[in-house]
Amino acid sequence: MVEWSSSERSTITSLWAKINVAELGPQTLARVLIVYPWTQRYFGKFGDLSNAAAILGNTKVAEHGKVVLGALDKAVKNLDDIKNSYSKLSKLHSEKLNVDPDNFRLLADCLTIIMATKFGSGFPAEAQAVWQKFLAVVVNALSRQYF
Amino acid sequence: MLSKYEKELLVTIWDKMSIRAEDIGSEALLRMFTCFPKTKTYFAHLDISPRSPHLLSHGKRIVLAIAEGAKNIDSLTTTLAPLSALHAYQLRIHPTNFKLLSHCILVTLASHMSDEFTAVAHAATDKFLSAFSAVLAEKYR
Repeated sequence: MVEWSSSERSTITSLWAKINVAELGPQTLARVLIVYPWTQRYFGKFGDLSNAAAILGNTKVAEHGKVVLGALDKAVKNLDDIKNSYSKLSKLHSEKLNVDPDNFRLLADCLTIIMATKFGSGFPAEAQAVWQKFLAVVVNALSRQYF
Repeated sequence: MLSKYEKELLVTIWDKMSIRAEDIGSEALLRMFTCFPKTKTYFAHLDISPRSPHLLSHGKRIVLAIAEGAKNIDSLTTTLAPLSALHAYQLRIHPTNFKLLSHCILVTLASHMSDEFTAVAHAATDKFLSAFSAVLAEKYR
């Protein structure tokens, strides 16, 4: 069980409150596909992903990006039970989608970097550390139901 | 595997960062120590508190070395040979730490460059830093 100090809790909730899912979700998923092109293997039905401009302009990527980032709300609202909150999603990614869970970490890294572009000096080392701890717990929860 | 455009982009980015090498480098290190506390084990004998002289000077050295590498991407192995030997034979830093620092460098660039740190710039920097790290680890064994 992960323990959160009260300052960690408030850092996570205040960062989440500043995140515009409709804006950062698409950017984050697009970056995963651009920076780590092997992740494109899971998005064969998304149409044109042939270059950065195509990915950034792809409406399916944008829509799915919102869904993915929106799903983080579950973790923010259930900080003390992240593991169980994601058991269904974890099963889905393992058994149906067959997504290598290492890719969740790449997504987490891209989100952190996107937040840095957005928040600038409002995202100092301490906030980054807490946020990454939070994302690591989410990534772990998503990877739990694999076989 | 970097295109001509990516190489030019990297030179531009790192030229700009060189001007503020102390700030950028020390911030990246501070982020690494804060987010991945185990990395502090290599600096146990030094004062690495925020803005300490050592953090600033070491940060500067890192940024200048990366900027130098950016200008010589096609010959990284020769350009970085002394640094590679230093890491392999003297410092003996576990090479997984290069990845942690690379991530914190990306976050630092993102935080300073804001919208200018585009997806294309991000991808180019990520590729370059992983090539740079590979060269640093080349002589380990």
